[in-house]
Order: sequence, then C-alpha cells, then structure tokens
Amino acid sequence: MNSHLGRRVLQVLPTLLLVSMLVFGLQQLMPGDPALVLAGEERDPLVLQQIRTELWLDRPIPIQYLHWIGGVVHGDLGYSWRIRQPVLQLVAEKLPVTLQLGVMAFLIAIGIGIPAGILSAVKRNTKWDYIANGIGLAGLSTPNFWLGIMLILLVSVRLGWLPPSGYVSLWEDWRMSLATTIMPAFVLGNAIAAVLMRHTRSAMLTAMDQDYVRTARAKGLNETVVVLKHALRNALVPVITLGALELGTLLSGAVLTEQVFSIPGFGKLIVDAVFNRDYPVVQGVVLITATIYILLNLLADVMYVVINPRLRGA
Amino acid sequence: MRRILLAATAVAALLPMAVHAQDAPTQTLRIALNEDGDILDPTLARTFVGRIVFAGLCDKLFDINEKLEIVPQLATSYEYADPKTILIHLRSGVKFQDGTDMDAASVKYSLERHATMQGSARKAEISALDHIDVTDKLTVKIVLKSPSAPFMAQLTDRSGMIVSPKAAEAEGKDFGLHPVCAGPFSFGERVANDHITLDRFPGYWDAKDIHFAHVIYRVIPDTSVKLANLQAGAVDLAERIAPSDVAEARKNPKLTVAVFPALGYDSLNLNLGNGPRSKTPLGESKLVRKAFELSIDRTALMQVLYNGLFQPTVQGIPPSSPYFNADLKVPERDVAKAKALLAQAGVKTPVPVTIGVTTSPLSKQLGEVIQSMAAEAGFDVKVQATEFASLLSAEASGDFEASAIGWSGRPDPDGNLYSFLATNAPLNDSKYSDKDVDTWLDQSRATTDVAARKALFAKIVTKVEDDLPILYLDSPSWVTGMTKKLSGFRTVPDGMIRLQGMELAK
Repeated sequence: MNSHLGRRVLQVLPTLLLVSMLVFGLQQLMPGDPALVLAGEERDPLVLQQIRTELWLDRPIPIQYLHWIGGVVHGDLGYSWRIRQPVLQLVAEKLPVTLQLGVMAFLIAIGIGIPAGILSAVKRNTKWDYIANGIGLAGLSTPNFWLGIMLILLVSVRLGWLPPSGYVSLWEDWRMSLATTIMPAFVLGNAIAAVLMRHTRSAMLTAMDQDYVRTARAKGLNETVVVLKHALRNALVPVITLGALELGTLLSGAVLTEQVFSIPGFGKLIVDAVFNRDYPVVQGVVLITATIYILLNLLADVMYVVINPRLRGA
Repeated sequence: MRRILLAATAVAALLPMAVHAQDAPTQTLRIALNEDGDILDPTLARTFVGRIVFAGLCDKLFDINEKLEIVPQLATSYEYADPKTILIHLRSGVKFQDGTDMDAASVKYSLERHATMQGSARKAEISALDHIDVTDKLTVKIVLKSPSAPFMAQLTDRSGMIVSPKAAEAEGKDFGLHPVCAGPFSFGERVANDHITLDRFPGYWDAKDIHFAHVIYRVIPDTSVKLANLQAGAVDLAERIAPSDVAEARKNPKLTVAVFPALGYDSLNLNLGNGPRSKTPLGESKLVRKAFELSIDRTALMQVLYNGLFQPTVQGIPPSSPYFNADLKVPERDVAKAKALLAQAGVKTPVPVTIGVTTSPLSKQLGEVIQSMAAEAGFDVKVQATEFASLLSAEASGDFEASAIGWSGRPDPDGNLYSFLATNAPLNDSKYSDKDVDTWLDQSRATTDVAARKALFAKIVTKVEDDLPILYLDSPSWVTGMTKKLSGFRTVPDGMIRLQGMELAK
C-alpha cells in the first residue's frame, strides 16, 4: 500500500512541474504585448522599456520561467501586474466566492432536477410529464447570460425583491450574501437541473419497470415508498455520477454568470487577467486549479485503497 | 470661579466638535464603473476609471472646469517668471489624509516622484520638467527644459496629484495599495473586480462641500446590468451608459441622463508608413484615402451606432476646446466624387481595405457600417475583429491597414495631436511624417499665447485632414445616468466625477 501511495505522491511533483511549464509556455503564444497593455495610453518607449525591465519581459523566456517558478517554490506566486496585489491574496479572496456560488447552484440543480425527474417518470405521459419536460428543455436551451439579464430585469428592476448584481460575503452579512447570490446560483444551476431531470427521468422509468419494484408493489407497499425507497435509490447511481461530472460545467459556467452579475469570483478573475495580459494572475490561478485537481485525484486514489483492500497489494 | 471658567472654556472648545459631529454627512454615494481600475498610485496608474477614483481620493494642484480653463485646487495661482519658469502658490492649511501638512516640500517630492520613479507613467507627460525648487513653505518654482505650453494642463491630471511623502516613503512601490493624498475622501478598502470604498476625510480643506460619509465605486461591466442597477436604485450614478440605453433610462421618472461632450475622438488610424502593410493603395495614395473618407456618411454612422449622441468630426481637437477649428467642416458623403477620385488615382477597384476593430459590439458594428458604405464607392472592406490587447499590439507593430482605436483625450490639444502626428512620436502608429506639421506642433508647445496657438492648431488640423493619416470619425460624448435625487454633478469634458458639491436628497 505504502509503495502504491508513495508512487502516486512522487508523480504529483513532476505533473505540477509539467503543468507550470505548459501554462507559462502557452501563454507566450498569446498575441498582444503585455507591456503595451500595461502602458495603456502612456505608450512612451521609455515607459515600455521600464515596464519590460521591471517585469523581466526583456529576458529570455526560460529565464523568466525560472524566475517565476523560483518564487512559486518559495510560496510566492508573484503579484498582479495591473493592481499590484499578491496573486495568493487575490486567489484567497475569489475562490470562496465561486465555491459559494457553485455549492448553491448545485443544491438548486439537485433540488429542482431530481424531484422534477421523479415526477415526470411517475406521471409519465400526463400533463405533469409534459410540463416537467418542457421546463427541462427550456433550461437546457436558455443561454445563461440571457436568463441572467431577464431575471435581473424582472426580479430586481420590476419587482425590487433582490439586488441586481454585486456580492456580499457570507461572514459579513449572510442574508445579503444569499440575496446577492441566489439569482446567479439559479441561473448557473438551471442548466444542470435540466440535465439531471432528464437523466433522473429515464433512470426512474427503467427502475420502475424492474421486477423488484413490481414485487414491492405486490407486497402492498404504499406507492410513495415504492417510488422513493425502491426505485429512486437504484435510479440515483448513474445520476450521482453525472452530477459529479457536471461540477466541471459549473466552473466554466461561473465565468459567464459572474460577468453578468458582477460577482468578483474566480471566473471573473481569470477572464480579466487574460484580457489584461496579467500573466502572474493567469499562471497563479491555473497552477492552483491544477494543484487542487491533482490533490483531489490523489485523495480519490487514497480513498480507493482505504475502501478496497484488494488494491493494497498492488 | 476658576473651575467654572475652565469648564466653560472646555464646553466652548468642545461645542464646535459637537456641531461638527452632528453635521457630518451620513449618506453613501454608490457609483457604477465600467471596469476595474489599475493600481491606485497616481505615479503608476494608467486607466481611465482609475482617474475617476482619484477624483475622490487625490486632489491636484489645478483642476479644469467646464470650459477647459485651468482653475485652482491645491494651488491657488501660478505665474510665469519667464517662459521656462513657473511659480506655483499653494493653498495654506491643507492636510494629507494621514494628518501631515501639504506644503511646497511635498509638492517637490511628488513631482520628482512622478518624474523619476521606476515604472512611472507620468514621465512622458512632464518630460519638459527640468527641476523644482522650494521657494518658501507655500511656493514652488518649476523650471522647464524648454518652454512648454501644455505643461500646466498636465498638472490638472495625475501629474498634478500630490501624495503624502511620509506615506509614500513608508510604502514604496506598494503605496497604491494604501494611497494617502490630500483629497476629500481617504482610502477605505478595495476588493479587486468588485468595489473600492472611500471614507470621508474630515480634515479636507474644502470639507463644507462634501456631503457623503462614504463613496463606493462598484465595477459593473455589462451595460444592461448597469442600467438595471440604476433602475433598481442599487447605484446612484453610472458612468458611460450605452447610448442605446439612454431612451430607456429617460423613460424612468426617477432617473436623469447627462450627455456632454468629451475630450477624445473615435478614428480609423491608417497605416501610411509603418512596415510592409502600409504598401496598399490606401496607405500610399492620398486620393484613395480621400475617396474612402467621402464614401463614409459620418452623421448616419453616428445615428446607427450612438443614437446621434456623438458629434461627427474631422479633427483631433474636441468641439468643447477653445482651440477647436470651427472652419473645418465635416464633408458630406459623396459617392460619385469618391469614385472619380479612385479613377484619378488609377487604382484597380474594388480597392481592398482591412479594418481592425475590437470585439466589442459597437466596434464591430462600426466596421460593418463602414464596410457597407465604402462598398458603394468601390472599396472591398474586410472587418477583422480581435480583442483589444491584440489589436493594440498589431497597430503598434505596423501589422494593420486601418485600425479603429480612438483616444480618450486631454484638456490641452497638444495631448490629442503631438504624440499621434509628430514624426516618430510614441503613438504615431501611422508613421505619418510632415515637416510643416512637425514645425507647427513644436511652435504650439513653445508659446503660451492663446491666439498664436489657435492659429497653429488650425493649420495642423487642416493639413492633417488633407493628408488623412488619421480618419477622425466623431467626438464622443459622456453619457452619465443618475438618480434625480442627486444634485451637483458637473459636466466637465474630462468625464471625471467630482464629488465636491454633489448631494443626495433624502
């Protein structure tokens, strides 16, 4: 077991090193000179030269890379060229925002998608089925940014129920925090809800035709118990797998949603950094995301071994 | 008796404080910005929205008014001892937000910081500066390398912002994270991409004109969402409302929209001599450029793009400037004449032209409208949309034929003309070079006589309109939306939000 885990841990470092090289290298292929963007309207050659010298842009790319990675090894991801804040501080500020948005969106997706899927399967070919299917189809085919703006116009401008955009942290004022994130979370969760609904429906339809469901009914069990306890439990396995896969969609969806609702999250951070050629922020964010991903995979490997003793000998 | 007297004195001493505390404003002003600014250090800052925040944070030696006249702020007056020496007299009793005194020594410190600090974005603006002497506590003597008429105008913007030497020394390069100036509000907090909060500075020299306890600048990039925030009352003022949203905003009884002329221009910069891509009919022939101009209906373009809120123009000087050349008229669209000019130039039609635009919807639309207008006169226009950073790099390196990057504008015409038109000037991406224009530009810097400068600028803009290295399209307007409860907003053409005198009705 130890050797297996040891191997996995040893693989982490070279992988991260490779990721860091990839991020750094690919970034050099982007058109647009960062010094020009930074100089803004003050494009004096003197200013440009100073910027290049200060940010090491006038050195060979391998040297620039070593300079950056040297800092990373010492826990210093550098600072944003544009606003001069440390990258680590920016990440620490933005990551919880996107996590909160993601968790809320996922809860909304599950809360809508699974019950709607069950309803539509149980009441197959009735008006409930058609309504649920219609909502699902609408959810899948509505672009996030459009739905976002429509919701803002309806809920905030017309009805005045919720603030139209912005973000308040949970620790600062949890009520306002929920008020500012509920609309974007709904927009983000909406498309996933539709996917979950359709998959729950088909899984439930399959499960409802199974012998054990018929047996349960024959035993004289209450229909609710049959549906929720016998059919749903079995139908949920593929739905959970799918839900986990959709978590990735959440992060990419957050980029657009955060833009529309002016939420200062991870997605907005990286998009702005790319447009402003704020290389340290782009590098830092990608490297941290990759690290989290790799560590989660490592954790999953450890969990497999803990759960499945047969792997210990491997 | 003595004790009573002492007590009475103490009460009398405390009384103004009590009154002061009672009068202290409690309201918060919420402003929507189009994008997040960069670093909040006047020496290093480069963005337009950054300047809006500085208007609340850092006072300048001088300000400009609605007529673009230079008016006092931290300085009370100035005079020329000779064409190369300026004496600036400072306001007395001004404090920085850290409680230290703003005096001649701090002015010298700040200007030298702007001129010499590594990475300073102010260097080029005040490159005419030779040295500064402190004459007395409230007077500085600025000595220029050569006479420079635009120099004073630079002191009405970031180059004229005075920072607390104590704080700047202590913070060094990180000063922008906790800036300390002599403005009406002190720095509160900043959450990148979200908001910047400023808190009222009770020791401000003009505190009676400040009616807010806090100002929050919120970043709202999407124009529809910005308008929605205004309609829902979530912000009190929004800068740069989309021209297409003005009618909607004006329908709302709670809102008002201020439309006022800006200092900049929108243009197509044409490549006349910057690398191999200048070797096109458009780059090589003045006749072809003139034909291209005549194929465009600027008024219709303004109507389609900006609901007619922007003003068609053919010069880099804004109509609000006293130096604007009113004799230079915008030519009417004339397709027949354009065709005749192309025939006279002897070029094969359709003439291919590639216009670089940014990915913003308005910029793409600009390219497309010009494409369809120019097609009628015999141009085959290709519109190439790239995001701003790439377009900027392409233009600077000469990888363009025509590029739609405008200019935000400066109060003195020199700031709109010199860098773009003088031979080898830093922003002259067209690589335009004309001896007469160079001479006139230099002469306009050397004299402070308004009439003489006006005559020189008239010659420059007329010659440039003839040569067309830059095809000026319009003078934009600022479109600012705000709640009707807000009063005191000033429509100064630099588009800054001056907080002095602004007030929210309860």
